[in-house]
Amino acid sequence: MTDHLLWKMIVPTEAPNRLESLVNTTDHGQPEWRLDSDASGTVIVLSGEWIAQDGRIPPFPADGLRQVKKGQGIAFRTDSLGRWDTALISFLWDVKQQATRAGLDLRADTLPDSARKLLDLLPEQAAPPPPPPHRRFAPVTAIGAHTLDSLTEIGTVTELGAETARGALAAATGRGRMRMTDLMSNVRDAGPSALLIVGIVNFLVGAILAFVGAVQLHKFAADIYVASLVGIAVVREMSAVMTAIIMAGRTGGAYAARIATMQGNEEIDALTVFGIPVSTYLILPSILSLILTMPFLYLYGCLIGILGGFCVAIGMLTVTGAGYFHQTINAIALNQFELGFIKSIFFAALIGLTSCRIGLRAGRSAADVGIAATRAVVVGIVGVIALDAIFAVIANTLGI
Amino acid sequence: MPPGGANRETLMSLQDITLAFGSKIIQQNVSFDVRRGSIFAVMGGSGCGKSTILKSMIGLLRPRQGRYLVGGDEYWQGDDAHRVAVNRRFGVLFQSAALWSSLTVGENVALPMQMFTKLDPAAIRRLVELKLGLVDMLHAIDQYPSELSGGMKKRAGLARAMALDPDILFFDEPSAGLDPITSARLDDLIVNLRDGLGATIVIVSHELPSLFAIADDGIFLDAQTRTPIARGAPSWLRDHCDDPQVHAFMHRERPETPSGRTD
Repeated sequence: MTDHLLWKMIVPTEAPNRLESLVNTTDHGQPEWRLDSDASGTVIVLSGEWIAQDGRIPPFPADGLRQVKKGQGIAFRTDSLGRWDTALISFLWDVKQQATRAGLDLRADTLPDSARKLLDLLPEQAAPPPPPPHRRFAPVTAIGAHTLDSLTEIGTVTELGAETARGALAAATGRGRMRMTDLMSNVRDAGPSALLIVGIVNFLVGAILAFVGAVQLHKFAADIYVASLVGIAVVREMSAVMTAIIMAGRTGGAYAARIATMQGNEEIDALTVFGIPVSTYLILPSILSLILTMPFLYLYGCLIGILGGFCVAIGMLTVTGAGYFHQTINAIALNQFELGFIKSIFFAALIGLTSCRIGLRAGRSAADVGIAATRAVVVGIVGVIALDAIFAVIANTLGI
Repeated sequence: MPPGGANRETLMSLQDITLAFGSKIIQQNVSFDVRRGSIFAVMGGSGCGKSTILKSMIGLLRPRQGRYLVGGDEYWQGDDAHRVAVNRRFGVLFQSAALWSSLTVGENVALPMQMFTKLDPAAIRRLVELKLGLVDMLHAIDQYPSELSGGMKKRAGLARAMALDPDILFFDEPSAGLDPITSARLDDLIVNLRDGLGATIVIVSHELPSLFAIADDGIFLDAQTRTPIARGAPSWLRDHCDDPQVHAFMHRERPETPSGRTD
């Protein structure tokens, strides 16, 4: 090594041909380094303050050790090194990796003791960047995989439903393992605490129906038929569907989030190891509480919905209270209630089963809990409306 | 006088701190100093309030009374911005690692740097690789926390605690759930961090071998009286402390009670 080489390797000062400029900056300022040589081989001279958060860490160029002959040692000189933190270690690690690659002997013992200790902890090679995930466009495969997934999921949900029904049967005959306290606390959460919101929504729906009907029917002087319109719409469709949508958002989302969190805490695993069936311990009380409360919430919703229509009709139209009442009773046959009542039982089972299933298949992270809750609400609402459409077709065919 | 670098300056100072949840007193009359560059152990049996003390030291629980000074500044006086500024000096390894589960390990370490520094992405990437390399987690840089084992989560959590090169590191049960080799490696790493980066370390633990090996100062909290009962380096307490509670703890014995029962 000659002085000639030293001149060329002064990196990264602004005026690399003037040694003076380097001397000026070595005094606890910018982090800097240069290659030097002495009798024993190459020396990396470090100077300045190496603080990561200052954002001025000089990189070690990929060919930084190109001119060092193989088998030579590389030492460090740290006389003018100021304060340093992991920024320096980061730089030294780059040097270490290149020295290893080039088969050079890095003399870490010439570093400050503490820096050497940290450097020793680091591997000789950084991890190679992961290959980008290979994605091909294969529509047939994708459709096939999706179909298989859907079929599997339908099977799993059916199996879970059957298992839960078996658990319900066992519980009914007194051999089951469902704890009544769980059921009762679930019933309280699903039922009485939902009364207010179910009431508000159904009242407003009844009132809106009356508004819409009143404008049209008034043209034909058929004001009194607002009562029929509101009564039939609320009892046949709106109360059941609105209540189910509220419960899908309120209770279904909560079930999915709760079970997904239990999944993340290994609570489901603990149940499985004890041999406590998840279907009877967790899912049955959830579904049962919905099935027990939803029909009554539906009846309550009908009453409040009709009340909403009544308020609007009395206020806007020439209808007496007694007349509205009479017309409502005449318009709604008992089988309309039966239809709504049965529908809300099915809606309850659908919401309970899908939300529990979605919670069970959730991943274990916080984000997965959020995804599960969202999916439970979306699937619940879409499912309720789809099921209601099926019921409408069936009712139409049967002439109810 | 127990050892503990009495000549070094005081970095953190708790003065007559009382901690409570509602009406339940957790610890009272807690006073101790943590000296710069020391590895300070908070010891005591389960449920004595070790982790609660740590919580209060990192600003998650305001003490019922008492003064807490960090670098001479009153920590609990002033607004939240003041505490956030002081907390920039802190790195915390939580008991369950508390990695952000929606981010990869690398992103977990990078996030504080992205939020608090103006480093460019390439520099952040280098520092993230370095910090994960120091804890031997480089291979898991693109994995999510849910894919990691308990020990790996701990190490990733340590890398994240070091993200901003803090000068005070808090460890809550760092070696719990780690195998002896990983635990010893972690001990070495903690000592190296202290020596290498000049960090001050507060460690809550009842892992005796590791406490004897690395801690050079500490405090022993008692669950019954709800006060600290001994002060000094764990190894010094082991050899010199006469208090039956401390003696039993340090020598892994059942404490002797008057009735002869143990509980």
